[in-house]
Amino acid sequence: MCLSIPSKIVEIDEDNNATVDTMGVKRLVSLDLMSDDVTIGDYILIHVGFAMSKIDEKDALDSLELYTEIVEKMQEEEKRQLIEDDDNCPNRELS
Amino acid sequence: MSLQLKDLYDSFREPNTIKALSQQIKKESLKLKEPLYIMEVCGGHTHTIMKYGLKQLLPKNIEFIHGPGCPVCIMPKERIDHAISLANLDDVILLTLGDMIRVPGSKTSLAQERAKGCDIRPLYSPLDAIKIATENPDKKVIFFAIGFETTTPMTASVLKIVEKKKITNLYFHINHVLVPPAVEAIMQSGEAKINAFIGPSHVSVISGAKIYSPLADEYNTPVAVSGFEPVDVMESILMIVKQKNEEQTKVEIQYSRAVTLDGNIKAQEMIAKYMTPRTHFRWRGIGDIESSALVLREEYAQYDAEKVFAEFLSDEPIDDHKLCICGTILKGLAKPSDCKVFGTACTPNTPLGSCMVSSEGACNAYYRFEEI
Ligand code: SF4
Repeated sequence: MCLSIPSKIVEIDEDNNATVDTMGVKRLVSLDLMSDDVTIGDYILIHVGFAMSKIDEKDALDSLELYTEIVEKMQEEEKRQLIEDDDNCPNRELS
Repeated sequence: MSLQLKDLYDSFREPNTIKALSQQIKKESLKLKEPLYIMEVCGGHTHTIMKYGLKQLLPKNIEFIHGPGCPVCIMPKERIDHAISLANLDDVILLTLGDMIRVPGSKTSLAQERAKGCDIRPLYSPLDAIKIATENPDKKVIFFAIGFETTTPMTASVLKIVEKKKITNLYFHINHVLVPPAVEAIMQSGEAKINAFIGPSHVSVISGAKIYSPLADEYNTPVAVSGFEPVDVMESILMIVKQKNEEQTKVEIQYSRAVTLDGNIKAQEMIAKYMTPRTHFRWRGIGDIESSALVLREEYAQYDAEKVFAEFLSDEPIDDHKLCICGTILKGLAKPSDCKVFGTACTPNTPLGSCMVSSEGACNAYYRFEEI
């Protein structure tokens, strides 16, 4: 029950409720637990009908960038390993 | 590059990233002086670990110990019996969240009582309680509130509306529990071999990562507050291994896109306004833990179902089914596969214990994902 879902705010009404987009599904959530600085376009986490925090966009992007880097690094290493293995192959000259 | 909603779903589940992190963990783990026993405190993490097969991606010297962080799993039978007694009173509508309805009490479950005709309704959001109470002025509507720090401010928020709208027929049975005292109790007993923690995601969103500092200090354990996605969990493990190798024991925030050191202050204020720690609360399997749960403040006694309906409720502790080892699992001392009736007499359709009911329970996660 603690799994909460990232969603995007598309509308805020006068009762402090937000309409959010959760991967294409629209729903209404309360902003009562949020400070006043949430606006349309923000990403938020939703838990049992309430927004409980904003998702820090810059932070999320930084993480994603870091992951791209480590994946690239891994792939390079794998390539190098392949070539090394090939260089070390004792049968190479024979085939 | 701008962030898309899709990134928040897909990128943190990307198989290549998981693989790359797994390789880094393996490399770093060669330097470990002792095996790592990482308790993932939260049931949400147990679910992720099982669902994405993360155990298989780790070296042999890193093991998960599943923790007590599933609010449904830790609910002792006598509290479930409270809910059942309340639901059986005349003119009562009993409300609760999610899986709670299927957890067995001493004799039956809320789901069985509902089948017999009690008006018991699972809610998507605690806010629905307001609507139900307003639409049923001649009924007593009782909200059986459960959850850790994550869900507590939502209950407080509902109470605030009840006050504002002067609703007089909505009562609260509060079962909100706190993570730090439970983990502290497990560590203090010294039985489980735990030397690092993956800190809960959304408890920390509300309470802030700072709540784990005493734990890290006292027991010299690295803590990584992690998001729920598999990439999050793998990165957190890498952080923990690096801390170990550098002989550090600090609280790190992997889930920095949502968690800060101080948490959601507004939500914390809401909790503090309406609730205060109970002297003690009995956790299923773990036993009585001081100040480990919340109760409505004295000023709100008129909304407190435990006080208003006290004559119908008993606090006599009720033990688990003899064969059920949920308690030992919640303390980090056993795995679901150690239970004799796991997968035979006890399955998600015929749960004997609470750990098999909730999707965040260790037994349920093992049952559903172990084979794949
Ligand atoms: S398998 Fe069932 S009976 Fe065994 S510990 Fe888990 S919930 Fe309890």
